Amino acid sequence: MMGRFPLRISRRFLRVWQRNFKVYRKSWKISFIPPFLEPLFYLIAFGIGLSSLVGSIRHQGVEISYVRFIAPALIGVSIMYNAFFETTYASFVRMYYQKTFDAMLATPLSLEEVITGEIVWGATKSVIAAAIMMGVISLFGLIRFPDGLLILPLAVLGGISFGSIGMYFTGIVGNIEMFNLPVFLFVTPMFLFSGTFFPIENLPRWAQQVALLFPLTHLANLARSFSFGKLSPSLLWEIGYLLVFSLIFFPLALHKMQQRLIK
Amino acid sequence: MNSGPVSNSSGSTIVEAKNLLKRFGDFVAVNRISFKVETGECFGILGPNGAGKTTTVRMVYGFSPMTGGSLKVFGLDISRDWRRIKARIGVCQQENSLDPDLTVLQNLEVFARYFDIPKKVAREKAMELLAFIALDHRLNATVSELSGGLMRRLVLARALINNPDLLILDEPTTGLDPQSRHQVWDRLEELRKKGISILLTTHYMEEASQLCDRLIIIDHGLILIEGKPQQLIRQHVGRDVIEITGPTQELRSFVQAKQLPYEDLGHRLIVYCEDRGELYQRITRDFCKEGCVMRMATLEDVFLKLTGRELRE
Repeated sequence: MMGRFPLRISRRFLRVWQRNFKVYRKSWKISFIPPFLEPLFYLIAFGIGLSSLVGSIRHQGVEISYVRFIAPALIGVSIMYNAFFETTYASFVRMYYQKTFDAMLATPLSLEEVITGEIVWGATKSVIAAAIMMGVISLFGLIRFPDGLLILPLAVLGGISFGSIGMYFTGIVGNIEMFNLPVFLFVTPMFLFSGTFFPIENLPRWAQQVALLFPLTHLANLARSFSFGKLSPSLLWEIGYLLVFSLIFFPLALHKMQQRLIK
Repeated sequence: MNSGPVSNSSGSTIVEAKNLLKRFGDFVAVNRISFKVETGECFGILGPNGAGKTTTVRMVYGFSPMTGGSLKVFGLDISRDWRRIKARIGVCQQENSLDPDLTVLQNLEVFARYFDIPKKVAREKAMELLAFIALDHRLNATVSELSGGLMRRLVLARALINNPDLLILDEPTTGLDPQSRHQVWDRLEELRKKGISILLTTHYMEEASQLCDRLIIIDHGLILIEGKPQQLIRQHVGRDVIEITGPTQELRSFVQAKQLPYEDLGHRLIVYCEDRGELYQRITRDFCKEGCVMRMATLEDVFLKLTGRELRE
């Protein structure tokens, strides 16, 4: 229960992060492949296949090529996927099947530190993926530097947002199959309707308003603005949205995991 | 293993539980029990499944918050000084919680990091412990390649990585074959000689008799008895036990007339006695020619007598 112990987070959460990093390094050659190939696949499929149909697209009053439009959004999607899948499926396996958290809780680590370490690790995977994708995409001249580098800190923020909500689901699902639900009802609609593949202005009015609630809408839009080098004060609202989203779901995730594991 | 000097404010008591209470909703798992573990002793918590053993030790190592009562470990309050306490405890949990993503050596090194043990010290300690459990030739094996017995020994080594003053073992040999079980016992005996304090839960009576200096038997969250194994056997069962298979009605009447303590299981009659051969001779001569055995009383007799013979979940 919350409140039975005072909040107990120290820098020791890094120990949990280090554990995951060590495991990641053991298979980094394989872990590197998806974020490297994924943007290539998308760019080929959508860029070459679709753009002959779409041609160019009007974005904020400017005509740009379709590839240029979707490339930064793909980074946003990857930031979402990496953190969300890490703190759902991967964390669940560690918690439920491998009893990794139980072992950690017999050491001076607190549950809050374990969960924080997991979420920060999820965000780290988002940053790694974003960096690799930026490398690939910038080979096609689709990112303007140095503004584009802002995508890296954005990946931290986006990673914490999606890592936290992922961990929240891990705190409440009964079994690993049940992650299909948030994936199908939350992640997939976001992937499609967050201004990733077409501007949300193309949606009916009500759907636009729903899309504005999606964190990915803001993440994708920020990634796009950064890679176009179009910085404006209005972006602060979108950063603010992601911050608030994290500030809600991070403590909620801790709370749900306390309820789940502290018995 | 040089378990460091034990410094605590309450003299030689390492764990002190007073009216320890744990409720899960309406269910009372541990019902206001009090016990003490003294420095250097091996203290056993025995009980059938669901008696509250694991719940009790989980409170001691700060895994579960207690519902009521007080609990001091090393003289410190578990709800306030949990981190300092946990730094000085080594725990072997019941379920295997070794890290399958890591090798044997990495399991120990990564675990050492949770205690903030510097890398170099951790490596040395890990090598020393792997030699201790005779696993130092398989440093780079993954956990899944190990047998059940080796895994349990690795869990034991992992629990010792921080030079704990108190070692908590939650059913350390459940599910092991006899060879592996004896291996674990040997290691534990060695640790005991070095003076480490141990808090152990088990439902193997042989294990408890062999390892424990003192023990409690608990059931339904309550302590039934407390004492030294031999003393408990003498006190509650006596010296010898005669078991008669297929007892006759005459034998039952005889035992009742003699006012001997006994248990009637229908097809089997168990008589507790003190007088060694005499009664046994009488019974074999007059009441049954075969299917009658006399043996030393064991802790298992005490356990079954106190906790009953019906199956638990």
